[in-house]
Amino acid sequence: MNMTVTPPAEPYLRVSATDKIYPSPHGEIVALSDINLDVQPGEFISIVGPSGCGKSTLMKCIAGLEDITSGSISVSGRPLAGPPDRMGVVFQRDVLLDWRTILDNVLLQAEFLGHSRAKYRDRAMQLLERFGLKGFENRHPWELSGGMRQRASICRALLCDPDLLLMDEPFGALDAMTRDDLNVELSRIWQGSNKTVIFITHSISEAVFLADRVVMMSRGPGRIVDVFDVDLPRPRPLSIRETEAFGVYAQRIRHHFAELGVIQE
Amino acid sequence: MKNSFAAKLMRDNRSLDIVLVLLGTIALWEVGVRIFNPPAIILPAPSAIWAAFMQSPWVFIRNMLYTLSTTGIAFAISVALGVIMAVGIVQSKFLERTVYTLLIAVNSVPKVALAPLFVIWLGTGMASQLAVAVMLAIFPIVINTVLGLRSVDPDMLNLAKATRASKFDIIYKIRVPNALPSLFSGMKVGISFALVGAIVGEFVAGGRGLGFLVLTAQGQFDTTRVFVSLVLLGVMGTILFYAVDVMERVALPWHSSQRQPNA
Repeated sequence: MNMTVTPPAEPYLRVSATDKIYPSPHGEIVALSDINLDVQPGEFISIVGPSGCGKSTLMKCIAGLEDITSGSISVSGRPLAGPPDRMGVVFQRDVLLDWRTILDNVLLQAEFLGHSRAKYRDRAMQLLERFGLKGFENRHPWELSGGMRQRASICRALLCDPDLLLMDEPFGALDAMTRDDLNVELSRIWQGSNKTVIFITHSISEAVFLADRVVMMSRGPGRIVDVFDVDLPRPRPLSIRETEAFGVYAQRIRHHFAELGVIQE
Repeated sequence: MKNSFAAKLMRDNRSLDIVLVLLGTIALWEVGVRIFNPPAIILPAPSAIWAAFMQSPWVFIRNMLYTLSTTGIAFAISVALGVIMAVGIVQSKFLERTVYTLLIAVNSVPKVALAPLFVIWLGTGMASQLAVAVMLAIFPIVINTVLGLRSVDPDMLNLAKATRASKFDIIYKIRVPNALPSLFSGMKVGISFALVGAIVGEFVAGGRGLGFLVLTAQGQFDTTRVFVSLVLLGVMGTILFYAVDVMERVALPWHSSQRQPNA
């Protein structure tokens, strides 16, 4: 099993020997154990694993929302101190604000970052158009379907043109067809954007379909058990999932899940 | 938003139900009194109550306006003070451990029993009545607002932190709007409590108001006038409650309780 990827000179994101331990009344809980991961600029990484494997914790650590117990995380060569610059995040729940219109929700990103709304208004409209939300900018979140809401939350994350996009099971709550749709859209938007994406999922096919590289995590303690490149041509149509090459990658992940006893092979 | 406010009110025929049930009750009451003919000191007929009102309408209306103003002022003080306290409690661990703890403890005391104390402190008159009314109304407002300010989706806060939102932005762009529905449900309880407080205040420190009228009519065994005051209090309570309800609908068109089922 090839677990080491040739270390490149200057990774965009470097996680090294990172542990995250939570104290609890019943002793310590090791959420992350000895995580080592280098991510190249512009790379699309899928992190896949069963629930409880620490993948969301890892994302929160990279986002600067959680402190790590030991080890180090650096972005662009600088050790992390709080949330990195030029980062966008998307969660499983879209967390749009009900009292704001879709456009105002997207512009929230600029407001939080202390930029002027006026400067980003045109970009927000462009993003909404690219994600098929043209004409919905003045609607409220509750007037939109789950898929449209999640599209809006991706627009919000992309508004200030981040270098790093962190996505924590963003399509986990959507129905299968909407999910396929958004997989294709995300892939299309990402391609040629030069953005680094960390995409967390527990869907095997989603992980393979989107990624340049898949990171497989396991639980008890949360650790990386496998890393492999997905060498499939881009752009990838949905039908690529029926190809043999795709099947080999999916099988590799499924094998790990089976070893964990999460699924039966 | 295709339909107007009035249309929305008519759509759920709850208002119609209320009117029909009330009219039915009054009719049954009138018929019952005429058939069984109880002494007027026990139960006067609705027609007699109406006649007593028409005999001196301005006395009743003047006193009603007095009670209304006490209630309104007390309610306004409770909302303003309650929101400030709630924001303070959520923002400061110290205030949470002192003021909030005290509030929760005092809330379990039957506060009406404290009314006579205010008469000793503040004398008879409006100040005492206001104090009693505020004391009753402020609790549901503070407690609901605190809950609302706290009940923000943790991922929303994560998003804000990841985007380096300022503390000010987190309060005024997330927490406060998020708390408005809770504030309004606190206000709906609060407005009723303010009215109760105003009446209790008039009972113990009265001189004017519908509560005072009830007390004096009772002293004269004039049951009919007691009922006139009670009916007016009922009408007032209902109008006040719906006034807050209308305010909520205007202020929070986005809130789920206001949406049409298929929106």
